[in-house]
Amino acid sequence: MRAVISVVGHDTVGILAKVSSECARYQANVVEVSQSVLQDMFAMIMIVEISALTCPLSQLADAMEKLGKKENLVIHVMHEDIFQSMHRI
Amino acid sequence: MINNSEILETIRMIQDEHLDVRTITMGISLLDCAHTEIETSCERIYEKICRRAERLVPVGEEIEREYGIPIINKRLSVTPIAMLAGVSGGDPALYAAALDRAAETVGVNFIGGYSALVQKGFAAGDRELIESIPRALEGTKRVCSSVNIGSTRAGINMDAAALMGRVIREAAERTADDHCFGAAKIVVFCNAVDDNPFMAGAFHGVGEGDCKLNVGVSGPGVVRAALSAMPAEADLTAVAETIKKTAFKVTRMGQLVGTEASRRLDVPMGIVDLSLAPTPAVGDSVAHILEEIGLERCGGPGTTAALAMLNDAVKKGGVMASSRVGGLSGAFIPVSEDAGMIDAARCGALCVEKLEAMTAVCSVGLDMIVIPGDTPAATISGIIADEAAIGMINSKTTAVRVIPAIGIPEGEELEFGGLFGSGPVMPVSRFSPAVMVARGGQIPAPIQSLRN
Repeated sequence: MRAVISVVGHDTVGILAKVSSECARYQANVVEVSQSVLQDMFAMIMIVEISALTCPLSQLADAMEKLGKKENLVIHVMHEDIFQSMHRI
Repeated sequence: MINNSEILETIRMIQDEHLDVRTITMGISLLDCAHTEIETSCERIYEKICRRAERLVPVGEEIEREYGIPIINKRLSVTPIAMLAGVSGGDPALYAAALDRAAETVGVNFIGGYSALVQKGFAAGDRELIESIPRALEGTKRVCSSVNIGSTRAGINMDAAALMGRVIREAAERTADDHCFGAAKIVVFCNAVDDNPFMAGAFHGVGEGDCKLNVGVSGPGVVRAALSAMPAEADLTAVAETIKKTAFKVTRMGQLVGTEASRRLDVPMGIVDLSLAPTPAVGDSVAHILEEIGLERCGGPGTTAALAMLNDAVKKGGVMASSRVGGLSGAFIPVSEDAGMIDAARCGALCVEKLEAMTAVCSVGLDMIVIPGDTPAATISGIIADEAAIGMINSKTTAVRVIPAIGIPEGEELEFGGLFGSGPVMPVSRFSPAVMVARGGQIPAPIQSLRN
């Protein structure tokens, strides 16, 4: 089982570190990261393995939302199934 | 593997274009709660609803968080209460109070099923229930009521149409200091469906199983955004194709949420209703889709054709995306709940008569229309009969949900707030159908051949 974490906001030092340390705290294993900085806007999509997650996925989503508010970023955590079902037959 | 542009498309649909699952509605049969003592019957329905729906709201919220898709409403539908009232006798409004209490306990905002099916006549409990509707809705917050007065196989029960004109007026009068909201919770159907997840017309049909989970999807904003990305010279075949593809994606979301919710609740999945349900929010309007297709204003010439194409394309896209399709399935055109419809009504582009034509080619019918407060009951009955006739002859569901704006002059607006929006008072014809309505009786079922 995997989840997708999307992060959008103004580029600052350490965004990737902060998001991935939050992942590590709940045992979400980062398997893929793609990021880009356009002008000063930072956008990142992170795929994480959640089979060994130490909390419910909704709790990880809450934690990320909290982090997003603190850092002035928009962070969403969504189960991978939603993308699979929408874009694959 | 899912690529980044697909991930971003999904996120954009949810964040910017109002994509959501409009409702997960648990249908619960109350047939096993019927008892000859009304108090016992009420206790049993309260107990059964609370037992069955105990986890509906928490599970819905859990799925919202995990999948990142909003589920706007969690609701309940139950067996038409007239059947239980027929067994128990007594004041049917007691059932409304029990339903309201149960809905409050499990935390849902609406419960549908204060209903009667009288397309071919009144059985025990039917008339009593219908006459109690205004009182029942005045005394409760969450209960919704619907009455089926016609069908393609039975014709139209004009006694019931006459009665419903009076019921709608009385419901509005009794709730005049609450924006006449009582009338917004009553739907009069022809060809009502058993598995509709949408309020106010949801009830759990008698042919359904004990408990089911039905899902209503939505996404006018997503369809509009997809169309606005097309070049203006794209032809209508291409437009229909884009609507189909978008509807497919929207419905897949509903199918996923429904399957997951039914697994977690251990309740069989019922249907996905392939709907385009607008909200008053900017960018979530069915009227704006029609305008995006190329109309100056919704309601002008071309509206019926554009809506027919939209409705058909939504079904074609949705059918492929879901293993079980049902409910009302199609584009809804509730005036007060759609920012574009409200604007079109305000500027005079959209009138009740045009809306009637539109209901011949899309889901359901005259929905959330504010009419003058002095509209006679017989005129409302005439509107109901007209709408039922469209449904009866065309073998489709049609419905009427009109709100007489008691004490508000024509040209002003009735404000409901929230998802119900607000609507300008729309003029209706001053010419009376009173003599025809007073005749009563049954309009016979129509012939099914010679289809012109």
